[in-house]
Amino acid sequence: MKSGTVSNPLHSSSGDFTQDLGGQPILHVEDLVTQLRNGARIVDAVSFCIQRGETFALLGESGCGKSMTALSLMRLLPDGIRMAKGGARLEGNDVLALPEHAMRKVRGGRMAMIFQEPGLSLNPVMTVGEQIAEVLKLHSDLRGAEISRHSIELLEQVGISDAPRRAGEYPFQLSGGMKQRVMIAMALAGQPKLLIADEPTTALDVTIQAQVLELLRDIQHETGMAVLLITHDLGVVAQMAHQVGVMYAGQIIEQASRRQLFAQPLHPYTQKLFAALPNAERVGQPLAAIPGNVPPLSAAPLSACRFAPRCEKSWGLCREQAPEWTVLENGQGVRCHLYTSKAEGVQAGPADVLLSAVHGVAQAKEGKQETTALLQVDRLQVHFPIRQGILQRAVGYVKAVDGVSMTIPAGRTLALVGESGCGKTTVGKALLQLIPPTAGSVRFAGQELVGADARRLQEMRAGMQMIFQDPYASLNPKMRIAEILQEGMDALSIARNAGERQSRIDELLVQVGLDQASKWRYPHEFSGGQRQRIAIARVLAVNPALLICDEPTSALDVSVQAQILNLLKSLQDTLGLSYLFITHNLAVVEYLAHEVYVMYLGRIVERGPAKEVLHFPRHPYTRALLSAVPKIDGEGMKSVRLPGEMPSPSRPPEGCHFHARCEHAMPECSEAYPAEAIVGPEHSVHCHLFRK
Amino acid sequence: MPVILWTDAMIYLLLATGFAAALWIRKRPHLVLPWKRVADSSTGMVSLLFFSLFLLVGLLDSMHFRPALPEKIDGQQVYSAEVLSLFDVLASDMKSRSEKTYSAPLAAYLYAKESMETRDGTIIRDYPRLHHGGAHLADPASELQEDVLKRAATGAAAGGLAGVFLIGLAVGLFHVFARIRPRMPGSPSGHETRAADWKAAWTGCMQRKSVRALMLTVLLLSLALGMICNLAAAYHVLGTDKVGQDVLYLALKSIRTGLVIGTVTTLVMLPFALLLGIAAGYFRGWVDDLIQYLYTVLSSIPGVLLIAAAVLMMQVYIEMHPEWFETSAARADLRLLFLCLILGVTSWTGLCRLIRGETLKLRELEFIQAAQAFGVSSFRILTRHILPNVMHIILIAVVMDFSSLVLAEAVLSYVGVGVDPTTMSFGTLINSARLEMGREPMVWWTLAAAFGFMLVLVLAANLFADVVRDAFDPRLNQD
Repeated sequence: MKSGTVSNPLHSSSGDFTQDLGGQPILHVEDLVTQLRNGARIVDAVSFCIQRGETFALLGESGCGKSMTALSLMRLLPDGIRMAKGGARLEGNDVLALPEHAMRKVRGGRMAMIFQEPGLSLNPVMTVGEQIAEVLKLHSDLRGAEISRHSIELLEQVGISDAPRRAGEYPFQLSGGMKQRVMIAMALAGQPKLLIADEPTTALDVTIQAQVLELLRDIQHETGMAVLLITHDLGVVAQMAHQVGVMYAGQIIEQASRRQLFAQPLHPYTQKLFAALPNAERVGQPLAAIPGNVPPLSAAPLSACRFAPRCEKSWGLCREQAPEWTVLENGQGVRCHLYTSKAEGVQAGPADVLLSAVHGVAQAKEGKQETTALLQVDRLQVHFPIRQGILQRAVGYVKAVDGVSMTIPAGRTLALVGESGCGKTTVGKALLQLIPPTAGSVRFAGQELVGADARRLQEMRAGMQMIFQDPYASLNPKMRIAEILQEGMDALSIARNAGERQSRIDELLVQVGLDQASKWRYPHEFSGGQRQRIAIARVLAVNPALLICDEPTSALDVSVQAQILNLLKSLQDTLGLSYLFITHNLAVVEYLAHEVYVMYLGRIVERGPAKEVLHFPRHPYTRALLSAVPKIDGEGMKSVRLPGEMPSPSRPPEGCHFHARCEHAMPECSEAYPAEAIVGPEHSVHCHLFRK
Repeated sequence: MPVILWTDAMIYLLLATGFAAALWIRKRPHLVLPWKRVADSSTGMVSLLFFSLFLLVGLLDSMHFRPALPEKIDGQQVYSAEVLSLFDVLASDMKSRSEKTYSAPLAAYLYAKESMETRDGTIIRDYPRLHHGGAHLADPASELQEDVLKRAATGAAAGGLAGVFLIGLAVGLFHVFARIRPRMPGSPSGHETRAADWKAAWTGCMQRKSVRALMLTVLLLSLALGMICNLAAAYHVLGTDKVGQDVLYLALKSIRTGLVIGTVTTLVMLPFALLLGIAAGYFRGWVDDLIQYLYTVLSSIPGVLLIAAAVLMMQVYIEMHPEWFETSAARADLRLLFLCLILGVTSWTGLCRLIRGETLKLRELEFIQAAQAFGVSSFRILTRHILPNVMHIILIAVVMDFSSLVLAEAVLSYVGVGVDPTTMSFGTLINSARLEMGREPMVWWTLAAAFGFMLVLVLAANLFADVVRDAFDPRLNQD
């Protein structure tokens, strides 16, 4: 596969099959209800239709029942959950009524499924070829050598180069993107009429995600299979879907074609989802966060709108009566009282719900530019030795961070962007001296930290703190919130006595938007977003000047992500904090960052002011990274597809690290690492294209 | 004169720790929760009941004293050289009524024919009557069966009554408890509400499956115990051994040995496993290398060989210093203690490896890194963050190890490097059965007794451990 510039394929392909509506739908789901043993409905009266060659996207946040819908269709529900009623016809046959032995032929045959975690869906002790052959043996008449030939064909079909060799390899020898390709090949082996893709790209990097999505589209174009795409990502929906069903708390609350939905979302929840997405136009404005959390499915009320407690448009009726499914004239369906009782007055659109007064404050702050460097990093290196043999001698080094320099002024946000494995988290930990740097210097408020003794480091620790990615792993499950918050204060002797500490804890909880009573509770009683608030309160307890935020929102739902981003932004405004924001999510970068550093394989390849880097990217890698992000408008965008995956940092390519994946690669790229080229005030890039 | 043997002290210490832990846990709701789940499980409560019966016997057998002798020397009270336990006093009948040699369970005659001289001087060869077992019968051949049934029935009836009384007592205590409770500050008082509260609490309690199962078991157990007690007053319920000792008494005495081996060994092993495991997992580097080499080497030496060598050395040492011991019981006890020590020192490797693995996983978690970023000291991280999070593993491993240690003692005694020959244990019982199983007619009851008691003890411990493990497993308890 070679990289190339292709136009957005949706426009070329989406039309063909959707015209073809006359025939029988591939899948017709009607009034599907799935329950827990105690009667709680986790999938409630879900109905939809998928035509041949069409992609139906089920969009929703975690825990809304979208995966359970898919598992119900496959009849693979976990113990304790059962289908209560409803019908699902696959090409006219009711799959829910089939006996188990017949169902086994359907699974992997007419209906195939791919899962979120490609690493966990492949058997680690079987070669890739054997696993595909297994499916072929079950679902085709091929035997003997034909099977292995056909499995190699399938691997070629999903774009795996050197397929005969790859067929003999084990899953651990393949990268994440390749594993997902193999999963798709396995799904294709049964020549399915319907492919259920459950978050197929969530575990992958954006550039790999773009490859996989393109592959799915191509295959759909060739074979005309229907796809049921389950995702939480509006960007993926914008790129892939023809029809979209938005799920909330077990119900489909809105259903429309992609164009209709993106042009005019009807349900207040859908409108909020769009508004909660951070992007550049909203810099300086708070995001439209949906208050509260996604309710647990077991607690869903039967006689009220499930979204009512979080909906600002709700009125009395919403809490008394569950809204009926309403289909508007243009075919768009919605489950909301706004459209059952009165059709007018709802043209409110998504935009007007979000803005509030903080706007002006943020603009005012924008003016004062502090130039004093709070943190100065110079040629930071972190090398991990690769040890081998009995004597554990170092035979090589993984250069996780290889000469990174950066400056963070007080009160500013610097975003460090890159794909997984590029070393960005290592940078964060090396700054805090959690991982000892191999070389380079880190100066915090004028104090050198590399090689500083324990006492000096201890003094610095209060000034620089870290917020971690996974709020479920970053709080000790055996400690109460008060103890968690107190720990840092104790270690750094922040407050003088116990009373002072307790009042500080109360203050902090209010500051991050939590109830004071919650300090006597344990972390497991809180949701992901609340836990991240606690983690923020924990670091604020020691009055830091710089926060290193390591993907603080990547484990959270979109609506909750907006709450956390707003909190971080307002804390910066009130406390004058600086942030080093480590992320792969470019939308978040646009919303929060003043400056952006793009990292590839341990080195900074481009740096500059956020607006410039994001809107006028220079480095081919930055350009590819940006174009790989699915845009929710999805209109008329040229995309650069990156072939292949990031090489291992233990053996980086000669010359420019990126040249093997770069479409502009020149001979000199493989010879020398490019020096820094200045392309604008404060904007520089490491690329031979800009050498003059 | 009370005597506190070394192992007694250990047992008291363990009990005290257990009570302290219970009090400590009571104040922490997240620690109480899993134990509530244990209390909700019928299997858990029934196995706990069986286990506590064994524990009760073991405890009674751990309160030692030397009885005062009737005569005085120079006005000074003289104490017997024999060390008795409270249990010995309670079971003194069984202890003292020894026969000449083997007799089958519930028999009135010896197991082997002997030549006896009748009053008229002729010598006949027949089964002689037992001195104690069924001695009250005039003609055992015709009366024995009827008498056994009658005694069993009356015993069962008495036991049943006692069981009903016990349950009644428990209900009464519950009542009193429920009446006292509302008087605590902050609760509403008043007789009607209290009565209503009590009623509600009582019906709620009775609706729990575990409570009903527990009551049923108490009733059945007291029937069985009543039966056995009544029979044991006149017969040898489990027969007698080679020198005529009551096998039931021997088996009951063995319980203490089994418990001591199971618990004291754990006490010895735990610090090794815990400290070394956590240190290896958290510090990595040379500390980890050192500890890993240590336990790899230790676990590659055949366990029995190592234990045999240590026990034999210790045995010789004890033989050479008879002046250290006032009584033979003290000597036997020290040998038991050393056996525990040796077993403990050789068996910590498995748990250590387990804890090291868990710590390796924990140290990469973000809350540990957050603590490091705050500059929290290593010691505090180990005790506040890592230790509470490996506690469930320790708890499970300890209960699981208990049963394997009881079995290990049996194996060691069989090999001949176990406890002192004068100490009664399941191992010595099984060891003696080696010859008995080989003779004709076979003497089966010693082995059967040891087998049955060990089975119930180990099964109860294992089932309880299973329930505890499930209760502490967060994946099984998401609700």
